[in-house]
Amino acid sequence: MWADAGLVAGKDLRIELRSRVALNQVLPFSFVVLVLFAFALDPDRGVLDRAAPGLFWVAVLLTSLLATQRSFAIEAADGNTDALRMSGLDPAGLFLGKAAAVAAQLLALEVLLLIGVAFLYGIALHSFGLLALTCVLATLGLAGAGTVYGVMAFGLRVRETLLPLLILPVLAPVLLAATRSFEAALGGVPRECIGWLGLLAAFAALYAVVGLFGFGPLLEES
Amino acid sequence: MSLAVHLRSAVCLLGRFPALAGVDLDVRAGEVVLLAGPNGAGKTTLLRACAGLVPVVDGTAIVLGHDLRVDRRSIRRQLGLVGHATSLYDDMSVVDNVRFTVRARGGFTGAVEPALERLGLSGRLRNVAVSRLSAGQRRRCTLAGLVAVDAELWLLDEPHAGLDAEGRDLVDQLVGDARARGRTVIMASHDLERASAVASRQVTIEAGTARRRPSSPDRPSETPAPAPEVSGVG
Repeated sequence: MWADAGLVAGKDLRIELRSRVALNQVLPFSFVVLVLFAFALDPDRGVLDRAAPGLFWVAVLLTSLLATQRSFAIEAADGNTDALRMSGLDPAGLFLGKAAAVAAQLLALEVLLLIGVAFLYGIALHSFGLLALTCVLATLGLAGAGTVYGVMAFGLRVRETLLPLLILPVLAPVLLAATRSFEAALGGVPRECIGWLGLLAAFAALYAVVGLFGFGPLLEES
Repeated sequence: MSLAVHLRSAVCLLGRFPALAGVDLDVRAGEVVLLAGPNGAGKTTLLRACAGLVPVVDGTAIVLGHDLRVDRRSIRRQLGLVGHATSLYDDMSVVDNVRFTVRARGGFTGAVEPALERLGLSGRLRNVAVSRLSAGQRRRCTLAGLVAVDAELWLLDEPHAGLDAEGRDLVDQLVGDARARGRTVIMASHDLERASAVASRQVTIEAGTARRRPSSPDRPSETPAPAPEVSGVG
């Protein structure tokens, strides 16, 4: 399973390195979202710095949607679905590999977005350990759930429009918990993070279990 | 000689449409069988059913000793399927695509370079992204994966499509070599003249059922097939 996961993650990341979709399209999209929020919530009114954690995670959520769609778009093209099924790769390894590749891309994008938030919204970043832990746990949840719903919508002709409809409501707990955890960390009350971090960890664990056992049957039926 | 494929009254549905409506087919190990028939007759579905990609909902379907009605996944690493699509990742190079195919199948990566050389992809095309290849070169890249994996049962759907004359000759050679190594090949083709030259026999598929052509005098006559040994993973 781990060898298969490494193989699939390596393949997805190699494709990303060559195509640079995340770098040239997803990252600029995320920055545009941040800038539009800044326009909508005038920085001079003091709303922006209070809303910054939520806006950051909304941007990450939309980014994760694009990363998930991209992850499955490369499998849907040119009959690769059949090749993936025929490969005999362990479905659990497939899930882990695809989720790991999405998570790696998301984490890299989050670092850049966080710098963007600090610069655009004038937020002073501190409690880096808690921020990093929140990012890691939330990213695992986003990647896990994204990969489960991505394969669910995989074989459908309407997958591009169906996936956001399926996944965005499901990711609401991640948005809430990550935002609250960021608020607590940036607000200097790290104790309040603990509960939200627990929720993020539980969400990530739940979708890891669902993905490990459900990815194979979902891929067969897609 | 044992049976590589044994289908009896096999039924496959695409939605509610019976794409295979009770196919009987026996293919012995080491045979090269040509599937002929008009468009929509069920040739592709038959190949996909043998690959375990389309479920057989009724009848008997045993491939390489595995009962596909019990488990249609565990057989797949023993099969090589070349379909209408080339099943390649556009943003990966030729060598990376073939290497990924081989590694995913648990194959020997040392077979990659000889396969590329055999298919004429070892030179300047080796490190080119697949998106930059012509249709024929993409086809060769898919075939390189098939050759490198060297599966026990080859399922080829229109393998000559998109290839130039040299490429089509190469496909014929690959099939001949596979047969010489004891591999079993089932291929669907509309290029009957070319394909029948490399096939042991021809089976015509019509409206989702198989109609066997009488053996020609110069080909071995068909004898009743022995019952296959079945191993299912429940």
